Amino acid sequence: MNIVVLTKPVPDPAAAAEKLGPDNRLDRAASPAVINGNDEYTLEAALQIADGHPGEVEITLLAMAPAGGAETLRKGLAMGATRGVLVTDPALAGSDAWSTAKVLAAALGTLEFDLVLAGFDSSDGVGGVVGAAVATLLKLPYLSSAAKVEPDLAGKTVRVQRISATGFDVLEAPMPALVVGTQLLGTPRYPSLKGIMGARSKEVAQRSLADLGLTTDGADAVGGGAARTTVTAKRTPPARGAARVVRGPAAEAAKELAAFLAERRLV
Amino acid sequence: MAGFWVVAETNADGTLAKSSTELATLARALAEQAGGSIAVSGVVVAAKPDVAAAELATYVPSVVAVAEPLAAEHAWAQLAAERVAEVIDRDGPTLVLTGAGPDGRDVAGTLLALLDGAVLVNATSVTWQDGESVEMSVFGGKLITTSAFADGANLRIVTVRPNVTTAAPAASPGKVESRAAGATPTLPAVKIVDRVAASGAAVSIDDARVIVAGGRGVGSPEGFELVQQLADRLGGAVGATRAAVDAGWIPYAQQIGQTGKIVKPQLYLALGISGAIQHKVGMQTAGTIVAVNRDPDAPIAEFADMLVVGDLVEVGTALLEELGPKR
Repeated sequence: MNIVVLTKPVPDPAAAAEKLGPDNRLDRAASPAVINGNDEYTLEAALQIADGHPGEVEITLLAMAPAGGAETLRKGLAMGATRGVLVTDPALAGSDAWSTAKVLAAALGTLEFDLVLAGFDSSDGVGGVVGAAVATLLKLPYLSSAAKVEPDLAGKTVRVQRISATGFDVLEAPMPALVVGTQLLGTPRYPSLKGIMGARSKEVAQRSLADLGLTTDGADAVGGGAARTTVTAKRTPPARGAARVVRGPAAEAAKELAAFLAERRLV
Repeated sequence: MAGFWVVAETNADGTLAKSSTELATLARALAEQAGGSIAVSGVVVAAKPDVAAAELATYVPSVVAVAEPLAAEHAWAQLAAERVAEVIDRDGPTLVLTGAGPDGRDVAGTLLALLDGAVLVNATSVTWQDGESVEMSVFGGKLITTSAFADGANLRIVTVRPNVTTAAPAASPGKVESRAAGATPTLPAVKIVDRVAASGAAVSIDDARVIVAGGRGVGSPEGFELVQQLADRLGGAVGATRAAVDAGWIPYAQQIGQTGKIVKPQLYLALGISGAIQHKVGMQTAGTIVAVNRDPDAPIAEFADMLVVGDLVEVGTALLEELGPKR
């Protein structure tokens, strides 16, 4: 069984150094890159499937990112993925969601897979729309908001627990299929020392737009030049005033708090 | 100009989702800002769309109710997106508004690919300034960006967060046109083989007016009983940090933050929450933020309106007493 996990290199939210460049595009040099947090949950799900079927599962990480993304993918390889594929091309800088979906779909067209796993959203874009768009472009069954992913390797079907407003729905579809996962898939494992050593010799294949048969011209153009949306302005949100600090005995503090809520018509 | 369209979502009982009433109100406001000549319509796709469609028609002049029998036993969003694509008239630039929650995103992503569209996500504000002007909060709330669609983008999709506007019905009710679903969907329909209700399903935090949230400091599942009592008294929902969810004290559906939900209540009462960046991104746009924390230097002090320094059980219990029984 082949699983492709979409893994997006993003600015590390923990470093809190993200910024936009003068062109209003993400300044990727400003911040260290990591694999998007939500993508690590789906990678963990893939690794657990592989653990449950020793020797039967290969996991490919697929990313679209600047060339440095190959290094970011190493952590996923160290966690246990088999190989990486990085679509990288200078023309892709500033791509919008449609372009991203188009490129990922084209790259998936060159890979063998039974399952594609995508994270709930990315910490830099927070859109959560690319997974559905990729599934649609490839006409794959689409199973989203997954708390659990259970492929049946022999039957070539996959079951997913999809979080609903009232609990969860159990979805079932034939493979190949695309699944969007959530944090409930499980806490991502730390790479072992052996994993880290092994990752150095694992392959990260690079693909350009030309390799994928994509173009930056015409109606089907992808990349930054063809972006259908642009950031036109940016501003820092107004700071909240300094917090009013209340100390003292609980009863007194509660009285002050209740009065504050009443003053703001919140009770 | 072909018009503004609102893709409605329904609750489990078939009624219209609150977020959809906000979308509809927003679409009307946009049309007004754009000069009043743009048609505003809604579309409801469901096995039984009539109840939600009638409700939506109190907000917009025209509603298309598509009865899609497959929706009874199949995943909704992709089916819905295909029917929406059939219904909307795309003679000129068309704006489609969806929610920014799991279902709205799925519809938006599917339409994006089906109709070769353009999408702006997670809007905290949509206004008309010679075209759609969409604001979103990025980088953990450090920056607000304004985005626009490129001139050539004909099918424009915006996913909108809950609580960006206050829902208000239109002056006069609109009309509902009922339609049967068209041809067999081109996308594979995904079967729902079982629906499982979570034990004691809680009030949804998505569009709650008040959220009382607990973090690591709450300490136990029992601790969340106090959080629940405060939420009940204040007419709100219970939220939590990832630490509290990971500890198994409260279900994931209540988690707020980077890997949980993004909320914008009028009041956010944070109990035993330090305010780490991963949590902050989910709640910092709340109207009023009050934190109860033992540590006066907790990061939440930097973005709260009021910080009560003290033990959350003592302060929370005293607050319940102070507020008295709900009237």
